[in-house]
Amino acid sequence: MSKLRVATTSLAGCFGCHMSLLDIDERLLDLLELVEFDRSPITDIKHCGPCDLGIIEGGVCNAENVHVLREFRKNCKILVATGACAVNGGLPAQRNHLELHDILTAVYQTEGGLAHGAQIPNDPELPLPLNQVHPIHEVVKVDYFLPGCPPSGDAIWKFLTDLIAGRTPSLGHGLLHYD
Amino acid sequence: MSEQNIFLLDGEEIAFAPGQTIMQAAQSAHKYIPHLCWHPEFKPHGSCKLCTVKINGRFGSSCTVEAAAGQNVENRTAELDDKRRTLLQLLFVEGNHFCPSCEKSGDCLLQATAYEMGMMTPHFDHFYPDRPVDASHPDVMLDFNRCILCSLCVQASELADKKNVFVMGGRGMRGRKIILNSESGKLGDTDFSVDDRAASICPVGVILKKRVGFVVPYGERTYDKAPVSAVEAAK
Ligand code: SF4
Ligand code: SF4
Ligand code: FES
Repeated sequence: MSKLRVATTSLAGCFGCHMSLLDIDERLLDLLELVEFDRSPITDIKHCGPCDLGIIEGGVCNAENVHVLREFRKNCKILVATGACAVNGGLPAQRNHLELHDILTAVYQTEGGLAHGAQIPNDPELPLPLNQVHPIHEVVKVDYFLPGCPPSGDAIWKFLTDLIAGRTPSLGHGLLHYD
Repeated sequence: MSEQNIFLLDGEEIAFAPGQTIMQAAQSAHKYIPHLCWHPEFKPHGSCKLCTVKINGRFGSSCTVEAAAGQNVENRTAELDDKRRTLLQLLFVEGNHFCPSCEKSGDCLLQATAYEMGMMTPHFDHFYPDRPVDASHPDVMLDFNRCILCSLCVQASELADKKNVFVMGGRGMRGRKIILNSESGKLGDTDFSVDDRAASICPVGVILKKRVGFVVPYGERTYDKAPVSAVEAAK
């Protein structure tokens, strides 16, 4: 059997889900028997080619997130929303009931301890933030959801091995967590 | 006569006392019917619909429908659990349920019921409503981002505490809310006490006692140890 090609990325996330993926410990070696990585922080490949599986950590908080997410959706047969932020916006979405302009002003201009005359960054290199942070299923079609903040290494292992074996992933008590 | 006071719950014979609801009879028989707004100490509110069963082929709320001899009640079928999952998803997107920072996580009936139904995603678009947090009381804080309008605090304060601290008010999907019975609308200006029944009735993470939120860490809480179906059946 040829190896499944897997791509991973972190959008508006904290890399905790990727850390949790590493937390499957020595089972990583078993996983590498079954899959090879395309675009991922693990490989440092910058763009995603055709893949069997795309693992998305984080929600969508800026324009670049939208482009990356669409690149993944275009190239991956199966897309998995991994972790609270991808599933429901998570911590970054806690800004959603505030006005974006008020947040930027507070953080870059009016908070204590800022340099005199500090301005809101406005470099063309910086992706523009969206008004609200969105879970990824509000932007592209998502095939599976793996909640948790982050999902535990055991949950990720169970989920991936189910999926690779062609079973519908099922977590059950103890592995299914939102916290 | 007494052998006639029996109905079938998922094919099992359940005895009931006349006047008991299907939910009460199931609870007495240590059978779990999913529920959020029902509590054994209070009158059924009948609002969350998680307890919906099929009684002789027709949908009904098991917390409000009286048990009757010979009823054939379907409870944990794939069809009903699918509908329950949808109801839960609606509740999750209506409020702001950020479990990773919620003091109730692991002890929360909404979360535990969602685990029980295998809810992997809230599915619908989130409302992200702007709801208040009230930390004005010295011993209890309120975070209405998580309110599911079950009315248990209203009933507990009125019937058990004889105080009427909480009142249900407003209209519509975004307007309906719990209002506090004080001039300022703040909990700190009511006669609410941490010893009130209402202080420990909330099934979710709205009414929270201060300074004890993380005495028991995540991972060691009620529904971390056993799923809600097992916890409820053991009652
Ligand atoms: S109330 Fe329950 S479901 Fe809502 S955030 Fe808290 S733990 Fe999660
Ligand atoms: S505050 Fe809690 S007990 Fe009161 S209605 Fe909301 S969810 Fe129910
Ligand atoms: S438990 Fe019956 S409607 Fe809520």
